Amino acid sequence: MDTLALLADGFATSLSPLNLMIVILGVTAGLFIGAMPGLGSVNGVAIVLPLTFIVPPSSAIILLAAIYYGAMYGGAISSILLGIPGASTAVATTFDGRPMAQQGKAGLALIAAAVASFIGGTLSVVLFTLFAVPLADLALAFGPAEEFALVLMAFTTFVGLGGDDVLKTIVMICLGLVLSTVGLDLISGQPRLIFGDLPGFFSGISFLVLAIGVYGIGEILYTLETSRTAPQVTPARITLKELSAGMRAMNRLWKTMSLGSFLGFFVGMLPAAGATPAALMAYGIARSTSKEPHTFGKGNIEGVAAPETANNAASTGSLLPMLTLGIPGSPTTALLLGGMVMWGLMPGPMLFIEQPDFVWGLISSLYTANFAAVAINIALIPLFVWALRMPFTVLCAIVIVLCIVGGFAPSQKMHDVWLIAGFGVAGYLLRKADYPLAPLVLALVLGPLMEKSFRQTLIAEQGNVLAFIERPLSGTFIALAALFFVLPLVKYLRKGGSRSIAPAE
Amino acid sequence: MLVADRVIAIAIMALSAYFMWHATELPIGWNGMTGGPGGGAFPFWLSLVMLLAAGGIFVRSLGEDHGGQSFFDGVMLKSVISVVIALFATIALIPVAGAYIAIPLFMFWYVRIFGRHSWFLTGCLALGTPVFLFFFFEVTLKILLPKGFTEPLFFPLYAMFF
Repeated sequence: MDTLALLADGFATSLSPLNLMIVILGVTAGLFIGAMPGLGSVNGVAIVLPLTFIVPPSSAIILLAAIYYGAMYGGAISSILLGIPGASTAVATTFDGRPMAQQGKAGLALIAAAVASFIGGTLSVVLFTLFAVPLADLALAFGPAEEFALVLMAFTTFVGLGGDDVLKTIVMICLGLVLSTVGLDLISGQPRLIFGDLPGFFSGISFLVLAIGVYGIGEILYTLETSRTAPQVTPARITLKELSAGMRAMNRLWKTMSLGSFLGFFVGMLPAAGATPAALMAYGIARSTSKEPHTFGKGNIEGVAAPETANNAASTGSLLPMLTLGIPGSPTTALLLGGMVMWGLMPGPMLFIEQPDFVWGLISSLYTANFAAVAINIALIPLFVWALRMPFTVLCAIVIVLCIVGGFAPSQKMHDVWLIAGFGVAGYLLRKADYPLAPLVLALVLGPLMEKSFRQTLIAEQGNVLAFIERPLSGTFIALAALFFVLPLVKYLRKGGSRSIAPAE
Repeated sequence: MLVADRVIAIAIMALSAYFMWHATELPIGWNGMTGGPGGGAFPFWLSLVMLLAAGGIFVRSLGEDHGGQSFFDGVMLKSVISVVIALFATIALIPVAGAYIAIPLFMFWYVRIFGRHSWFLTGCLALGTPVFLFFFFEVTLKILLPKGFTEPLFFPLYAMFF
């Protein structure tokens, strides 16, 4: 009941004219960013973050969350109309969305994607509302030892569940953590890792510089090779008849959509998993539980609905640990967390006590964002069809200029702009060599918290390392972290074992 | 692909060693006084882990066969390199000639020469971008972009908007 009252107060904030306008603006921008092949929610948030200084901090976060949401809806548009996923999160949508478009049912597929996104987004925001308070209450009991153990666990999920090369994942986590220590030592205040005695390094390396470099410049360089030729846009027209046919078709898919929402929400909470695997899993489950699995991949509307509910639910799911525990569930939420810290809003349980207006304003804005996104998405489909014809070189030039100026604006130092260019080139090369970038960004954002909580614990416990294991909550997290860490080893040994048994049979 | 993998692994190992060398400026061991690791410990030992993991990647690549897949595609590499050079040139030009010369020049190069678009589109973007940047950053956010030697030209504009 308390939650409902708080949520009602939140709506008073989020329905204010300024915030409502911001939600509509953010969702529309997000839809366009998501629809552009190569740019997804994380790129959009990284590039737009420096521009959000124009509104007050709490509205800026609402704007970024709306962009995140809009981009999740928008990803499906290019998956269906171009056959190229607008973002990696919309890969599963191409499986059935593209065949539907080729059969002349592009409009129906777009409606299905928008409605499914709405269902996934709304069901997961309800789950979010229910889980937020209990989780924040639990997190109130956390001390530095628990914080350290939780961050450690977040990183080990990349090793155990990330699916990328284990050694390369470890390299990226360590690189992010080491880069986060550049600047002044937080306990003694002495400078460290000041490369070349450059004054710019004294204030450390901002998460924004790394994110703009890797997700802005790096992404453009990476997409240069894939989008040289303009892809064929499938025409799509939306009529009222199609809209009602789409609604009727979606009405039969409640089981698939609710399953996708729950799955997406819980998978999305894990830092290493997130929207892409959630969408693929939901697609797989929908196909295996379907009465006609052979129609999947040939233009089954259920194959569009399942991944779209899951990826939107996952984006909400990844916000939950970010807001309640201060541990982001995805690279995009890592940027949101970095932005909040920059504006003096420290995510975590205390935020629910100290800034309830902001927290519930944000949560309620997720409800309004969903309504705005589904309406704008369907209404503006002709505009998206037109926008997708925009030459890639024009988009690239605009993004690069925004990266340069956006990198300069927060600190007003050319040093940061040079770093952005350097990180962009390095990020592009690392990505080509299959190094995962998400753990790098997460490590840079969480690095200061991890080091601070580690050293605080040891100082408080007079150097007793066992303190991390002796406390029940932190001990549990450490045990889980150890489990995630040895998981790839177990998988490797079992694979090796089964291979050695095979010849004997 | 394999060669690039090895080169990147070696580069990361060198970078880790450089980080470790820098980290030793602060105590990297246990600090008996405060009961906890010193200021250099966190970067030092993490760099060591990074060095070992990159070493593992390098050693592993020695045992693999050459896939025959090249890391770079010739045509694509040329466009990536030209964009990177244009980017670095633009950033280098900003403190000297100012953002309002460097950025339109970059736009012109990218849209007209690299993208081969029409003069009309090029003109709109090359002239529209600085106007947008001026009103968004300088007028609304009060963030002054670097202007280099063009600074005096902006005095009348400052007088008008501030």
